[in-house]
Amino acid sequence: MNRIQALFKKKKESVLNIYFTAGHPRLDSLLEIVPALYEAGVDLVEIGMPYSDPLADGETIQASSKIALKNGMHLSLLFEQITQLRETCDIPLILMGYYNQLIQYGIEKFFMDASAAGVDGLIIPDLPLDEYASQLKNQFEKYNLGISFLVTPKTSDARIREAAELSSDFLYIISSSSITGSKSDIEDTQLSYFKRVEELAPDTPRLIGFGIHDKASFDKAAAQANGAIIGSAFIRHLDSIHGLAEASKTFVQNIKGV
Amino acid sequence: MASKYTIDENGFYGKFGGAYIPEMLHHNIDELQKNYVRISNSESFKKDFDQLLKDYVGRPSPLYFAENLSKKYNANIYLKREDLNHTGSHKINNTIGQILLAKELNKKRIIAETGAGQHGVATATVCALMGIDCIVYMGAIDIERQAANVSRMKMLGAEVRPALSGSQTLKDATNEAIRDWINNPEDTHYIIGSVVGPHPYPDMVAKFQSVISAEMKIQLEEQTGRNYPDYILACVGGGSNAAGAFYHFLNNADVQFYLAEAAGKGIDTGHSAATSILGSEGIIHGARTLLMQTEDGQIIEPYSISAGLDYPGIGPLHAHLIDSNRAEVFPVTDEEALDAALMLTRTEGIIPALETAHAFSILDKMDIEPKSIVVVNVSGRGDKDLPTYKSHFNF
Repeated sequence: MNRIQALFKKKKESVLNIYFTAGHPRLDSLLEIVPALYEAGVDLVEIGMPYSDPLADGETIQASSKIALKNGMHLSLLFEQITQLRETCDIPLILMGYYNQLIQYGIEKFFMDASAAGVDGLIIPDLPLDEYASQLKNQFEKYNLGISFLVTPKTSDARIREAAELSSDFLYIISSSSITGSKSDIEDTQLSYFKRVEELAPDTPRLIGFGIHDKASFDKAAAQANGAIIGSAFIRHLDSIHGLAEASKTFVQNIKGV
Repeated sequence: MASKYTIDENGFYGKFGGAYIPEMLHHNIDELQKNYVRISNSESFKKDFDQLLKDYVGRPSPLYFAENLSKKYNANIYLKREDLNHTGSHKINNTIGQILLAKELNKKRIIAETGAGQHGVATATVCALMGIDCIVYMGAIDIERQAANVSRMKMLGAEVRPALSGSQTLKDATNEAIRDWINNPEDTHYIIGSVVGPHPYPDMVAKFQSVISAEMKIQLEEQTGRNYPDYILACVGGGSNAAGAFYHFLNNADVQFYLAEAAGKGIDTGHSAATSILGSEGIIHGARTLLMQTEDGQIIEPYSISAGLDYPGIGPLHAHLIDSNRAEVFPVTDEEALDAALMLTRTEGIIPALETAHAFSILDKMDIEPKSIVVVNVSGRGDKDLPTYKSHFNF
């Protein structure tokens, strides 16, 4: 069992997952950000592997990726930073990136290095379900890495069941048909969709992401699943305040209302 | 019998192709995958498609025996005149097919990406014809270097949105178009302009462009008594004109395929778009294919003087043809392409697009068996490139 699976075993409500991009705003930012998030009570951290062509990401994450790459972030360095982080921080960690990054790094080598560094799970939005099931599932299991697949309001019932079954960490529920970073609140029309996913995947941990940006939207989304994911709003917050540890702490406090 | 150069049931040519897309695109792609064959094979579609190609595009495009060029190279050189199509390039064959498909799928809004602007113009044209809203994404740099085509698109009623991310060229325009599609999953069809992108696009676009080789077969039979050539030469960025020119000869081993890739300032200069030489296997715009990337899998910004060949990937069909030695690639530099453009203009009185000029440069690089039959696909005309020609040749 990895740390993410262990987390969902004991915590079923209001799981807070924070996303940011490795190497942004500075090359070694994650060494400051992750411990601060951990101390502030974040349950799960999702670290973006900056990519030149992040098709599934909105403007905020695109911009952070561009800066991270300009800062010189690359995968070997990211694994070094995570290894160093793990000396003091036991928080569940996910890497989010694109399939091409794994292919070019070498898929087996990627799993080996990620696992050795202390990564618990992966999110790869452009990895097809069937290719995972037929070619990669065994290797994920061999290296004790989990995976989370995405569903959207347009995903069919059969496909939601399949994605839930294959998601060994949690099911990533995209709140609306749009790219990350949009600011709209959770609307009532989305509630029936969240209900549908719950009925189709009652036994898979579920987190809702996209468009969640403050305490109100977090609470509303978290109530419809086991918790929620915040990305772009956190990155914008990092950009607006000096002191990464302080910014991380205040952001989480605002979400948790403490 | 299934050919080894057509897609399998998952959209792969050998190991290349497939649909590596985020879930947000799944619904749209799935809808296309399930419907494109049925619709494009229906009698009513074929009737409309053929009629528009004939009366609106002006097909069949001539296969012209280029006597002067033939003398110069001691071969029988034929030019497939896609430059004479309405809108000035082969791109319209595909946009006619896709707009009919979009109508059948009841889509109300069209998006497209464009590099040189030829596909953007061809898309804006069919949208004007059908009365459908059209948004074309174009790299901010390309908007500057292809100003004439931008004006044409605007006159046709399209909105041209600058892609400001990355290198601000074709790759980034494609990213922006894909993001638009993710955000508008209900009413929008994305008309991809080349044999790139997730399945079914490479196969669908190749089928719509295959009219080029279908006509070539008939025209060669009429003019030479034999329905196939020895060589077909075409330029390749994503590779739609080459795919169309090769399509009906893919299983004829007597026909050799020569592709001209944009070498830019030279293969080793760091300013190139020669994907098959500088690229490696990976995923770009939803397809597994060859692409230019760093050791860390970051996609490299390519360079070519030609905005239409300035793409860091190559269609999966071509990756497969190259990988299985069915096609041969010739890198052609900016300088060589410019020289070839002038050569063709002065030899035959045909001003080619800069993209097309790359294909003519192969004539200087290949060993031509004397008297062999060579077809060069003249994918587009050079009007849009006159500012470049003018400044380079100091007219």
